[in-house]
Amino acid sequence: MSTSNVKRSWSWIVATLYILFLILPIYWLINMSFKSNSEILGNFSLWPQSPTLRNYMVIFTDPSWYNGYINSIIYVVMNTVISVTVALPAAYAFSRYRFLGDKHLFFWLLTNRMAPPAVFALPFFQLYSAFGLIDTHIAVAIAHCLFNVPLAVWILEGFMSGVPKEIDETAYIDGYSFPRFFVKIFMPLIASGIGVAAFFCFMFSWVELLIARTLTTTDAKPIAATMTRTVSASGMDWGVLAAAGVLTIIPGALVIYFVRNYIAKGFALGRV
Amino acid sequence: MNKTWNNKAWFLVLPVLLLVAFSAIIPLMTVVNYSVQDTFGNNQFFWAGTDWFSDVLHSDRFWDALVRNLIFSFVILAIEIPLGIFIALNMPKTGIGVPVCLVLMALPLLIPWNVVGTIWQVFGRVDIGLLGHYLRILGIDYNYTQDPVDAWVTVIVMDVWHWTSLVVLLCYAGLVSIPDAYYQAAKIDGASRWSVFRYIQLPKMKRVLLIAVLLRFMDSFMIYTEPFVVTGGGPGNSTTFLSIDLVKMAVGQFDLGPAAAMSIIYFLIILLLSWVFYTVMTSQDAKS
Repeated sequence: MSTSNVKRSWSWIVATLYILFLILPIYWLINMSFKSNSEILGNFSLWPQSPTLRNYMVIFTDPSWYNGYINSIIYVVMNTVISVTVALPAAYAFSRYRFLGDKHLFFWLLTNRMAPPAVFALPFFQLYSAFGLIDTHIAVAIAHCLFNVPLAVWILEGFMSGVPKEIDETAYIDGYSFPRFFVKIFMPLIASGIGVAAFFCFMFSWVELLIARTLTTTDAKPIAATMTRTVSASGMDWGVLAAAGVLTIIPGALVIYFVRNYIAKGFALGRV
Repeated sequence: MNKTWNNKAWFLVLPVLLLVAFSAIIPLMTVVNYSVQDTFGNNQFFWAGTDWFSDVLHSDRFWDALVRNLIFSFVILAIEIPLGIFIALNMPKTGIGVPVCLVLMALPLLIPWNVVGTIWQVFGRVDIGLLGHYLRILGIDYNYTQDPVDAWVTVIVMDVWHWTSLVVLLCYAGLVSIPDAYYQAAKIDGASRWSVFRYIQLPKMKRVLLIAVLLRFMDSFMIYTEPFVVTGGGPGNSTTFLSIDLVKMAVGQFDLGPAAAMSIIYFLIILLLSWVFYTVMTSQDAKS
């Protein structure tokens, strides 16, 4: 694009200002997580005057805190594995074949991705109570399939449609059976798509609070629900709350570099 | 792509169908069940017909929450879409700036929603928050827990902070797909910056913009966690959106009938919006 030097420096300012706006609140949380509560409440400072790791120590030594992370990770991983596994063959069917009711089915899946969790919170509680699954990891994992399976199907379908159909036909002529072709040839071809689908299933299960909170009480309580109760006798424990928040950002921050080119595609259900 | 007609593909879809049916259809049937019945406890239910529906549709509470939610959705769309386009147009196209911008801008999208709430709850507090503290110093009487206007501003700024990057990234994906030859042709024709935007960039972004508008509208229409953490729906009911109101009714007060009727109405609205989304997507898929 033809941009003069003046124009270029100006456009840098826009991006920089926007990123500054994004980073400031996150910085403030990190800043707080290294302060003691008396410093947070007592004197206002832009960086920790006497940095402390006490807040992180509380989280790593108190089972009610670190179990929240373990619980979250268990059901999130279960959910991701289930979602991607069932979504792979379905996405293949949608991208390659026409069959009775395919469009209705594809649309119906979408409505579940768009459905408000608030509508499902109460019936889920009753359904899983009936099966005696309340406060188990699998209950949350299956409940999150409501929006993650459709998400995975849509994302994978988007990636699979980019693979030419001739590859399938050649493989069948070469004598590959469908399962062998799918695992040996097709899955490596859409490896990045599977990664993106898994990432988004992980993310959306990780960020969800309402359903996870409704279905758990103690044994499988996620970190998100633990965080809503940091009020103690001495008031709000802001430092620990901030430290807990910082720790929940880490999984996303760790992998963000690898998925940077696919973030738009993932959020747009594979439609970019 | 030409697709072959093959009904055996149903076997590939079956696991998804069963799993999602378990998670979606059974709970929905429960909701339908409650929406047409009344109970006096003891698991004895009476047919109530459409009473709950007319109750909900005639209650100010439902309409207030719906109107609040619609205003919220339109305000954030009016801010996030133009802002997102503007930032995407000014993003670097080559060099080290690209991955840096992408990574930093995507960061808010990957933060758990309740932590987004926590971040802004802390950030906006007048005693310990950076924003609240400096607004006080500037002499602005800001307190999101007391003043409804401040609460609204906080929730909207939070959503802009949280989701504008999605619009930016989608628009950016549309922009980088424009071949350089288009810009060179425009340059030869002596096109102004505005006509380059109007006749080259905007048409190329049309598809991603549609997705962005629909996604942002639907997701803001079912927003729950972030405002719940920041304001809890208050002060008063000023930031009680549809989802917050529904959870209050169903889990807090255990008014099963009205809550179920409201769920169904809510779900029908979402169904309609999903249909718009689906129609737009498939017609765009067919074109490309």
